[in-house]
Amino acid sequence: MPTNITMPQMGFDMTEGTIAAWLKKEGDMVTRGEPIAEIETDKTTIQIEAFASGVLRKIIAQPGQRVPVGEVIAIIADPSEAIDEPIARAATPQPESSVLPQPAESVATSVVVSGVVPEGSERIVATPVAKRIAQEHGIDLRLVKGSGPEGRITKADVEAFLASMPKAAPAPPAPAVAPVAAPAPAALPPQPQPEPVPVVGIKQPLSRMRQTIAARMAASKQQVPHFYITVSVEMDAALALREQINAALKSEGVKVSINDMVIRAAALALRRFPNLNASFMNDGIQMHDHINIGVAVSVPDGLVTVTVRDADTKSLKQISQEMTALAARAREGKMLPSDYGGQTFTISNLGMYGVDNFIAIVNQPDAAILAVATAQPMPVVREGQIVIRTMMNLTLSGDHRVTDGAEAAQFLNEIKRLLENPWGLVL
Amino acid sequence: MPEITYREALKRALREEMQRDPTVVIWGEDVVAYAGGGAYGVTAGLAKEFPGRVRDTPIAEEAIVGVGLGAAMGGLRPVCEIMTVNFTLVAWDQIVNHVAKQSHMFNGQIKVPMVIRTPNGHGRTAATHSQNFDAWFASIPSLKVVAPATPYDAKGLLKTAIRDDDPVIFLEHLQLYSTRGEVPDEEYLIPIGEADYKRRGKDITIVTWGRMTIESLKAAKILAEEGIDVEIVDLRTLRPMDVPTILESVRKTNRAIVVEEGWRTCGLGAEIAATIQEQAFNYLDAPVARVAGLEVPMPYARNLERATIPFAEDVVEAVRAMMRNEY
Repeated sequence: MPTNITMPQMGFDMTEGTIAAWLKKEGDMVTRGEPIAEIETDKTTIQIEAFASGVLRKIIAQPGQRVPVGEVIAIIADPSEAIDEPIARAATPQPESSVLPQPAESVATSVVVSGVVPEGSERIVATPVAKRIAQEHGIDLRLVKGSGPEGRITKADVEAFLASMPKAAPAPPAPAVAPVAAPAPAALPPQPQPEPVPVVGIKQPLSRMRQTIAARMAASKQQVPHFYITVSVEMDAALALREQINAALKSEGVKVSINDMVIRAAALALRRFPNLNASFMNDGIQMHDHINIGVAVSVPDGLVTVTVRDADTKSLKQISQEMTALAARAREGKMLPSDYGGQTFTISNLGMYGVDNFIAIVNQPDAAILAVATAQPMPVVREGQIVIRTMMNLTLSGDHRVTDGAEAAQFLNEIKRLLENPWGLVL
Repeated sequence: MPEITYREALKRALREEMQRDPTVVIWGEDVVAYAGGGAYGVTAGLAKEFPGRVRDTPIAEEAIVGVGLGAAMGGLRPVCEIMTVNFTLVAWDQIVNHVAKQSHMFNGQIKVPMVIRTPNGHGRTAATHSQNFDAWFASIPSLKVVAPATPYDAKGLLKTAIRDDDPVIFLEHLQLYSTRGEVPDEEYLIPIGEADYKRRGKDITIVTWGRMTIESLKAAKILAEEGIDVEIVDLRTLRPMDVPTILESVRKTNRAIVVEEGWRTCGLGAEIAATIQEQAFNYLDAPVARVAGLEVPMPYARNLERATIPFAEDVVEAVRAMMRNEY
């Protein structure tokens, strides 16, 4: 019985993946569980394993090809077995462990948003340079109309398609073509020529990650009506407790950070405010059963969000250990599929950069994101006296379609309360 | 800079090298007697300037090459003139089996510093006298094969060829002897194995050599008026071929046409096209095209001869077709 290898879904917002490389070639023996290919998603490169043992009879998706989730990319069968090709598309994608529903307004993981990808996976006829440019820009060639013989896609076609794509950033100034001073008709006064804007500096091509960040952030700012609330949290008690915890856990090599405490506090607060642990859908507000905290991690060429799943059920020590491992894998570009996606709330922490305050963009489909600033000594008023306390600003950005200011303020104050009375994080 | 003919440029190269090095000698049919020096006048007057060093030979090409080989092995630097490339056929055993192989078969102990000069190509001389054997020569390991297009290149390359310790097949072109071009009075050399951009452009690469360089330049001029910016890579040396320059150009323009006068099948165009797709596949926006001579024995009638050989208009047509995405 031939086994279809399909493009797996890694993360609920993954709609397609790119074959980075085949680790096996047609005719190779493979055993179940053996890595056979590398798949590149918008976030990471991961290996996929053979679903069955046999011979890798047919590679359908070639390196560089973008393939929708669930579509057949290869066939494994016995050496003599007849295989149908092309095999029909798999009916359903491999379900992912997360129970999160697909948001109605899916944040496109692809920058290609215009046009409908035609069904079927017939061979794309494109020139080598067209394919190369398309791959560099993450363009699905099925969306590009070819002008060459028999519809072959040429470099010019890809470049025209690129030019027609919506720009994530303001369009660069016009190319530095010196305007041709056309002789003005005698009857008309000469038109003033606009000053040409010289293009100086290097244009960096967009990496896949940059494209994803651009698309997601722009989509969020366009679709989500943001509102912002800031509170100032006194952190002295939390810092003192942290010191005690870390002294106790020193032999185990565990070092709880302020961020770990914020994760725990947010997770506990979300239990009391389930409406903040939700996603706006066109036909309702989806409440999530699990509290999965996404944490933005800065990586060499951008940032990714790792996910601490069921954070409300984990101890500070567990959260700390998990975050250490997640951040390390993220920075090394070795994330596992379970490391990201499926978050229901996100935390962005710039505390290590000495910032007083900042506001974050909601990480769709979450209802809110928490921006954590630096804990630093500040003069504050306590019982009519000016005293010095270690203060940390938290700014919540909320999706006003899901929640309102009063609720969000109470939620934020619950986080503040937990951090200022930190034994609640431990007990 | 003074303009001189291709013929004169070659003669100056020979003269300068003979003045410089007393071991340089010239042997060939009618290099002394006919028309004042060689069937195409390249050696005219040199016999008088260099008594005893320019000699007429019998009509025996195998002997000319064989004697030249022996002399080269013995310490001279002979320049053997074969009246037309068609007559090298008689000497192929000497060229391929002996001239090309001596050094290798004796582990480099023997050097063969000889040049075989011969006009390649057509010239109202019919089937047996109008052929291009550039691809044949270029397929022989350890031969160097040079085919200059301009007087400047002809002079600089012939001087280098004479000084080279390996055998060099020096392919002149019948139709180029009377063409003129700028050649400085000062001495210069052009390295063997270096192509030359005869025209810089961004839209399409033409890889060519010899007479077809001149036709391609004419074509580029016509195409420029249509807004098509052609780049011309003149190989100048066919073996060893300057592949990096070909690739550099193709990577820029993403399109290539090889233009050659000889027959298409197994021509150098096939070799160049294969090399481009092997080494610059991801840069191609169209298949590599070939413009080549028709695969027939050359007719004698002028109009039929013209129909057989590629000219500038054939290059123009091929470029237009590629720019219209017809390839």
